[in-house]
Parts: sequence; C-alpha cells; structure tokens
Amino acid sequence: MSNVFRVGNCAGFSGDRVDAAAPVVETLIALGGPCAIFFETLGERTVALAQLEKRRDPERGYEPMLERLLEPILLRCATHGIPIIGNFGAANPPGAAKVIARLAERHGLPDLKIGVVYGDDVRDRLNLQTHAVYEADTGLDMGGGEVVSANAYLSARPIVDALKAGAQVVVVGRTGDPSLALAPLIHHFGWAYDDWAKLAIGATAGHLLECGAQITGGYYYDPGYKDVPDPANIGFPIAEVTAEGGLIITKAQHTGGLVNAQIVKEQLLYEIHDPKRYITPDVVLDFSNVTVQEIGKDRVEINGIQGSAAPETIKATVCFDGGWLGEGEISYAGPNCRARARAAAEVLLERLKVRKLDVQARVDLIGVTSVHDGDQGAKWRESMHEPQDIRVRLAVSARTQDDADQSAREVLALYCCGPAGGGGVRWHTTARIRTQSYLMLPSDLAPGYTVHSAKEII
Amino acid sequence: MSQNHLKQSDDALVTVPLHSVAHGRAGDKGNRLNVSIMPYDPAAFAMLANQLTEKAVLALYAHRGASCVKRYDLPLLPAMNFVIDDVLEGGVNGSLNLDGHGKSNSFILLAMPVQVAAKYVRHPPRHC
Repeated sequence: MSNVFRVGNCAGFSGDRVDAAAPVVETLIALGGPCAIFFETLGERTVALAQLEKRRDPERGYEPMLERLLEPILLRCATHGIPIIGNFGAANPPGAAKVIARLAERHGLPDLKIGVVYGDDVRDRLNLQTHAVYEADTGLDMGGGEVVSANAYLSARPIVDALKAGAQVVVVGRTGDPSLALAPLIHHFGWAYDDWAKLAIGATAGHLLECGAQITGGYYYDPGYKDVPDPANIGFPIAEVTAEGGLIITKAQHTGGLVNAQIVKEQLLYEIHDPKRYITPDVVLDFSNVTVQEIGKDRVEINGIQGSAAPETIKATVCFDGGWLGEGEISYAGPNCRARARAAAEVLLERLKVRKLDVQARVDLIGVTSVHDGDQGAKWRESMHEPQDIRVRLAVSARTQDDADQSAREVLALYCCGPAGGGGVRWHTTARIRTQSYLMLPSDLAPGYTVHSAKEII
Repeated sequence: MSQNHLKQSDDALVTVPLHSVAHGRAGDKGNRLNVSIMPYDPAAFAMLANQLTEKAVLALYAHRGASCVKRYDLPLLPAMNFVIDDVLEGGVNGSLNLDGHGKSNSFILLAMPVQVAAKYVRHPPRHC
C-alpha cells in the first residue's frame, strides 16, 4: 500500500456541513501516508453571488463559511503535512487567502504557505458576441441583463504549480471541480499532462468525490429501499489512488453513511451527459466500460476508466443580472383545504392581472403537488388528492424589485381578503442571477499562481 | 429479501413503479437534466431497457417543457442515463419552480409504472 495517495473531500457545495472535515483529516492522519484534502464550495452561480457580495464589500466575495470550514483542521493539516485545496476563493481568492493567513497566525502558523490561483476571471477576455455558447445553454433567455461575473473552468495545472512551489493551502476560484482532486495526484505521482489514462483516474476520483456525502450514502438515502446508517453523521469520502491508476472509494472512519456499488454508480453518472465523453478541463473521460466492485466494508473499487486528450475549448460561465424573484406562501388546513387553496391560487393569478404587474407567475399547491409540476400547474389542477394541509406558493419573476415585491405582497393580502383560514404567510424578494456558458480557447486564458507565507499576506 | 410469498411466482409479471426495481439520481447542467437509472438486480436491465424508451421518458417530462430525450446505455454497470433537454424551465437561475435544479426530478421517472418479473421487485409497493 506504500504507493497509495489518498484524497479526502471535506465539502461538496457551499452550504455543506461545516463539521465534515475533521473526521476525514483524522482518518488520513491515522492511516498515514501521503494525502491531501479538498473543499468544493463553488456552484455554477455561487461565484456570481460572491461577485455581488464583493461589490458591496471589496474584502469579501469568498466562501462565507471559510473560517468555520478550516478552523477545526488547519493546524492538524499543517502539522501533518496535508495540503488543503479549495475553490473557496470564489470571486475573491486573495481575500480568502487573507482570512486563512489570519487564521494561521491565530494557530501559531505564521509561516504557513498559502497559494492563490488566478486567471479564472475572464470578464475582460470573453467576447459574448464571438465566443460560442455551450450547447446545453442554447435557447436560454438571458433577458439582456448586465454581466455580473465570467469565470473559466481552469485546469489542475496552476494548482499543481502552487503545490510544487510549496503551498500548504491552495485557494482557487473557478476551476474544474475534478481538478481539485486531480492536482495533488499529478503533483505526488508526477503524472505527465498528456498521460490521459492516469489523468482520467485522477479526474474520475475528483468527479466521484466532489459532491461530498453524495458518494457516502447521503443523497442516496431512501428509507426502506436504500437504508443508510447514522445519516446525521455521514462521513465524507476518501479516494485511494495508486501510481498505477488503481482507484478505491472509501470514507472517513467512525462516521455514519456507507459506500457501496449502488452509490458509486449513482455518483458516477451524476451530471453526466454522454458517458463516453465527460469533459473536464484536464482530460475527457469515458465511463462506458467502467465496472464497480465492493471489495470490503465501505470500499468500492472502480475499473475500466478511459481517458482521451483534453478538450480544445475551455468552458466559461457568465452570470448575468437576472431581475428579481418574488415569492409568497400561505397555508390552508383541515376540511375543504384543497378547494380553499385552489381558490387562493386562482385569486392570486387574477390579482396579478388586476394590478397589471409585469411579471411571469407560477403557483404551487405544496402538499398536493409542487416541484414535479410544470409552470402551468396542470398537475395540481387535475389532482383530487385531499391532504391534511396545503401551502400555496406564488412565485414571480420580474424586472424590478418593486414588481416582485408587490406580487409577493398579494399573498400577504389574503390574510384578510380570503379565502377562509389562510395562515402563516411568508414573502420575500431575491435578486436573480442567470447563467450562460461559453467556450473559450486555452490561449484566451492566462492562469497563474502566487505563494506567500501567512505573515507576508497579513 | 423477506418477501417469501413472491417466490411462488418469481417469473410472473407484475406492474410496479420503477422505484421498486431500480434507483437513480438526477443532475442538472443549464437547462438540461440527466437522470441515471440502475436496476437493483442487474438481470432486470434488459426488461427495463425495453420499456424505458426515449419516447416514454419524454412523455413523463412533457408537462415540464421537455423537448428531447437521449438515452445512453451502460450495460456493464448496468445503468441507463437519460439526458432530457429544456426540462428545467430556465434552469436553476431562471426557473420559478421551487426545485430549480431539478434535483427531485429523478423521482418523476422512478414513479413510472413498469412491468417486470416479480423476482426483480425489491419491495412490494404499498399501493398497487
């Protein structure tokens, strides 16, 4: 087992459990041997929300839970030589580095080496007129909103370079999610950037790990059908990769959850289109011959992964100002609640017309049907289901916050205007972001990195 | 498998929700959804593949505006991957649906009635 490198995942999205990292780190320490951990906290539009945050306060715009995520493990990782990689830089990697530097100082680590990867922000490099639109996004209405952010999915290379330069923590903004796990593998094993077979193993490890508990039983859990032990304490995943390209998925010790073949299959195909051609910035993956095998408790071996040359284009996601979302909800319960809820829904839609509000609207009858219904509400209109209580939800998209707010307040007005027995109104407005992805050439980008000690950064 | 009564008619065909014989997961990219479907018993793959046609799956998502379904088969796992276009009514950022990601949408497909040999049914459905 001496040629094994372990990669642990400690977050699968911005909003993940902040106490996930410690059991992963303690497991890696207990097992010994070379390893690294990574945090994936940057969804497709999270970077735009971070960019808006940075506009309000230039010091911010990084992952809001950054300190909480790193506080429990920074000292342990530094002491045991476990590199930490994360796209928690979001829209402001240097700002995140400052937070980490201050945290390091507090833990008596003034010499902690912090790397910052830059070059993903392509607002001044991307031409919306000449760069091609990514195929899954054609036909989306962008509404002509202002560009909030534009970030290219960087490859593993600048992370590898930062690790080579001695970084103990590497802060990234937008990068290919699998690249976060691939980078320390390239660094450790010295894989060549055109060793597609090896890169494919590392990128697959990253793909399987990057959603955290989605591969350790969390999102798999379907009581009675797919049971999972101790779901409140699910352990986060660890990949064991060998120099020859062996790949085993396991998880943190002394935690809940599980790793089995079914779960690995679910995650292997998560967000995949053509399984013969899963594109990452580093390598194109082919899962068509993959097999998975349970080889022990919470241990699944993956074989048959194939890789081919990295894509000729790099995906960049642009976030546009998308107007406003207005939402209001009200509950109806007890006898005849479906009829009252339906009446409330029809009244709300009528009120938007009476008020001549310039919005697109949708109504849900939560408890009858909601998330599986279409915007026209065909399912709730035809349903005869009579639940104990129903929550009516109005959602509108509007160009102005005022129109969104005025629409949502029509739900509030149902308190006195009826139907009977409506209660528990909540309403609010949210600024919307719309995203569209484009294809750029590697030569359009100029990624790079810096590495400084915590005391230099402060 | 504690449903011993099923053993008397293991090969008899029964109609059950797909959820009783397979599991799956949904993922989104833009306005495109993918749903993976894996039979609990690999031997059920062919039977399911015959019924989970692109046309049948498109019909399940038509009320959401789905325009096209493409199925990719991975017989070694075994699994099927359905890629469904224009189903997210604008995607996570444009949708008015509470579940803009479409994360719950795997269960639209898992609710589809399928006809399978009784031996493949993992749990008898409570209402059938």
